Amino acid sequence: MLTIENLHAAVEGKQILRGVNLQIGPGEVHAIMGPNGAGKSTLASVLIGRDGYEVSGSVRFDGRDLLDMSPEQRAAAGVFLAFQHPIEIPGVGNMYFMRTALNAIRRARGQDELDGADFLALAQERMKLVEMDRTFMTRSVNEGFSGGEKKRNEVLQMAILEPRLAILDETDSGLDIDALRIVAGGVNALRTAERSMLVITHHRQLLDYIVPDQVHVMTAGQITRSGTKDLAAELEEHGYAPVEVGS
Amino acid sequence: MTSGTFEDVHDLTNREYQFGFVTDIESDSAPRGLNEDIIRLISAKKQEPDWLLEWRLRAFRHWVTMDEPTWQHVRYGPVDYQDIIYYSAPKPKPKVGSMDEVDPELREMFNKLGISLAEQERLSGVAVDAVVDSVSVATTMQKKLADVGIIFCSFSEAVRSHPELVRRYLGSVVPYKDNFFATLNSAVFTDGSFCYIPKGVRSPMELSTYFRINAADTGQFERTLIVAEEGAYVSYLEGCTAPARDNNQLHAAVVELVALDNAQIKYSTVQNWYPGDAEGNGGVYNFVTKRGKAAGVNSKISWTQVETGSAITWKYPGVVLTGDNSVGEFYSVALTSRHQQADTGSKMVHLGKNTRSTIVSKAISAGFGENTYRGLVEMRHSATGARNFTQCDSLLIGKQCGAHTFPYIEVKNPTGQVEHEASTSKIGEEQLLYCRQRGIAEEEAVSMIVNGFCREVFKMLPMEFAVEAQALLNVSLEGAVG
Repeated sequence: MLTIENLHAAVEGKQILRGVNLQIGPGEVHAIMGPNGAGKSTLASVLIGRDGYEVSGSVRFDGRDLLDMSPEQRAAAGVFLAFQHPIEIPGVGNMYFMRTALNAIRRARGQDELDGADFLALAQERMKLVEMDRTFMTRSVNEGFSGGEKKRNEVLQMAILEPRLAILDETDSGLDIDALRIVAGGVNALRTAERSMLVITHHRQLLDYIVPDQVHVMTAGQITRSGTKDLAAELEEHGYAPVEVGS
Repeated sequence: MTSGTFEDVHDLTNREYQFGFVTDIESDSAPRGLNEDIIRLISAKKQEPDWLLEWRLRAFRHWVTMDEPTWQHVRYGPVDYQDIIYYSAPKPKPKVGSMDEVDPELREMFNKLGISLAEQERLSGVAVDAVVDSVSVATTMQKKLADVGIIFCSFSEAVRSHPELVRRYLGSVVPYKDNFFATLNSAVFTDGSFCYIPKGVRSPMELSTYFRINAADTGQFERTLIVAEEGAYVSYLEGCTAPARDNNQLHAAVVELVALDNAQIKYSTVQNWYPGDAEGNGGVYNFVTKRGKAAGVNSKISWTQVETGSAITWKYPGVVLTGDNSVGEFYSVALTSRHQQADTGSKMVHLGKNTRSTIVSKAISAGFGENTYRGLVEMRHSATGARNFTQCDSLLIGKQCGAHTFPYIEVKNPTGQVEHEASTSKIGEEQLLYCRQRGIAEEEAVSMIVNGFCREVFKMLPMEFAVEAQALLNVSLEGAVG
């Protein structure tokens, strides 16, 4: 479903991704681990179409050229990013924001928009997945949310927008064990045979909750090793360094 | 793909001003220029009493000794005050008794503006005093208001029918020597609205005025006076649009509000005068003096404004808080895009004990717009226990606009409390990307972010106005990101 070939990306002349190759099939969950600065978040940014990168290589998503699409077109095609640092939008209600987003995507797909009542019903059902109460929806988008609330809010958006490919960028960072359990529980509930996921993390612990089909190690802008979930355990024991020597 | 972001939206900057049409109504105009004869002509045209002519002449004689202010943070070429037509009235029509008798062309113009008087009268129950080029053409619902003792009419009519009230309050808040533009207005004002709410009366409806500048090269000098007697309440709405013109048009209005004991005046403005074209040519110069006097104990005056128009804005609606426990409020959204410049804010002058004031200013700059907040909070010796809270937030959209804040605070009473909060933020690429990642197109995202930014002010507007203000902001923003 997602095929990345020889993907390069640079910012202001500085090369960050140096030929990433990755293939994710429908329903598969892939994890990417690696040291700081390896290019993990850059990969996520390039996949959603963030401005400011010089990009070459190819990314095909359901047969379409993802790199040729605007961020909103990618969203409509089913690409979703749970941001590492979710953005605050003061004065814009969380509920209003999510309904606007869902309806924009539905419009782009030629589907009817949901009215307020239908959306509310949908939202309330999905909020249970991440154990959020109604007061979240009347607050401004992420404004004054704790770190854990922000991450849960990301997973809630994912539950409402129902993407084909969900990219989780360090969704576990800054979470205590209870919040981690809630967030991971929400993500697991959203695993389906069609929905693929790319989980970016520093910590093996997250992968105990969200068990991946494959684990990749990224170092210096390339995927240097791939394996099963056992690779994550090995990395925890030995660190990334032996991998670099071995490659 | 994404690098087109700003250019795409920039194209929209050049969208035409929606209200840029000219209505062909024969005008009865004075010759260009300003001198005592012109003032006598205006006064005679309006059949004014001698005292008012004398007041105008005193203002004019003072005005010629004054210099145009230069301290404001705006730039514009010199205004030739002798090249302006100071009086222009639509050719006299017989006095209208009902909507049907209003000039069809005028009605058509209002229809284009989306404020059909008939509709407004029928649907919303809003009494509209329509000011076209300085002369009130139609005043509706006067009867219903008269039943509860409210006087709501054109300023000229008030001079004829209630001279004692006009004489008592005219210049009582904004004296004729107040400032260059207010003094000019005092000399040459042609019409405006007058509103008097007697003791203990709550206005049964929102009062509304739509201003429109129509005839070419016509400076417009309205004078509005609202007096709320003890315990009275009124909510007054002012909306303005002007057609596109190549030449800059001067607008120097004066609004005076007087609230006596326990009275409340809520004054709301939505202004979208022609901002000039994409290159910064043309547009209205909006040099306005608006001030209220919270004269009575427990009185309250609130200004709420949403301003998206005019090439240059110079206005500082304020409240002089003389009554003990009186309250002054100012809630403002000012948007400058294209080449618009605004130097605007509020003045709160505390004289009475335990007086309170609140200033919430939201400035949005886009395109090449320059937005300056300038506010004065003054607490005099007598203002024991006075408090002020000021919040100035600026939002920048794009890279070529500017936002500036000049707060002045003078506290002469040691018990005074002043809080000032200020923030400047950019509609960040991050916020936009976040919205777009969720599938929301850039323009819709900008509009959503800006409306969120302004929410504190919008919620102060009367419902029907809030909807209009939001729509107006969206229209203005269609060209704003650049």
